[in-house]
Amino acid sequence: MHELSIVSSIVDTVTESLAAYPGARVVEVRLRVGALASVVEDSLQFCYGIATEGTALAGSRLVVNVLPVVVRCGPCGRDVELEGVQSFRCPLCGEPAMDLKQGRELEIEAIEIEDEAEVKA
Amino acid sequence: MTTRIVELRRGILKKNDELAAGLRGRYSAAGVLALNLVSSPGTGKTALLEWTLTELRARGARAAALVGDLETDNDARRLAASGAPVRQINTHGICHLDAEMISKHLDGWVLGDLDFLFIENVGNLVCPSSYDLGERIRVVLLSVTEGEDKPLKYPAMFNSADAAVITKMDLALPCGFDRWAALKNINEVRPGIRIFETSVKSGAGLEEWLGYLEEKRSRRVTG
Repeated sequence: MHELSIVSSIVDTVTESLAAYPGARVVEVRLRVGALASVVEDSLQFCYGIATEGTALAGSRLVVNVLPVVVRCGPCGRDVELEGVQSFRCPLCGEPAMDLKQGRELEIEAIEIEDEAEVKA
Repeated sequence: MTTRIVELRRGILKKNDELAAGLRGRYSAAGVLALNLVSSPGTGKTALLEWTLTELRARGARAAALVGDLETDNDARRLAASGAPVRQINTHGICHLDAEMISKHLDGWVLGDLDFLFIENVGNLVCPSSYDLGERIRVVLLSVTEGEDKPLKYPAMFNSADAAVITKMDLALPCGFDRWAALKNINEVRPGIRIFETSVKSGAGLEEWLGYLEEKRSRRVTG
């Protein structure tokens, strides 16, 4: 249950980046979370409401985009997506595959903000 | 009012990752092999470390340990009996160690005087998998009393490990431990991982474990 510290870190990071957009309000925060990142979306959502209270993120939506594990299969010579996280084998040839290309991500992809600034073309 | 999307692409654990990278650099410059031991509570991390620290010292190697727990310094006191420098990290409710805690607790230690630095993480197979401590080797432990399917239940942790130690092998028979199932499950979530089957009671597998440590340490020194 380290979701609260993860959410606190999201609040800090987003608040920092808002310095460039004075007066902006956050509408949405989009995360990229790998299937092996060991975070549970429900817990993130639960903590998010609490941790954002009284910040510029208050009332914003948290959108969690879960990324499947992708490994490089040597014999097939290509990156393949795994169906789950319980078997690290190439779904095409069945060989064990450990060269991880995706699955541990834990990042803020983007934020949607609302402000009165003019949007540059 | 207008809304717009601002791309951030920022790692949520970036601060920890940067601190961990700094630690990795320090370990490397000092020639110390840092290991992060992770498992459920009660698997036997401390028992394995008690034996390992004592034995390494007897063979002339210089080893130290940081040990994480929510409360108490019981484990540090157990490990200190080996004669090795040991420090307890109490997290007071936090379910994992992070790079900042490690950095603080290394204060005053001369890493160059060490061959091995063992970090015993908080007993937890979930959260510690996300926190890089700058270690070179992550060791996951699994005891025969826990069930052979633990690797399938906690794949993120097992997948992130460099070595696996099965502990309490002396209890394998009374527990009806299915050794082949355990080995298969570990390999399923972490193909090719080095596995040690040990018991600090019977001594099984410990020489092999020590050999692995020494091999990794000499590779570290010779680059």
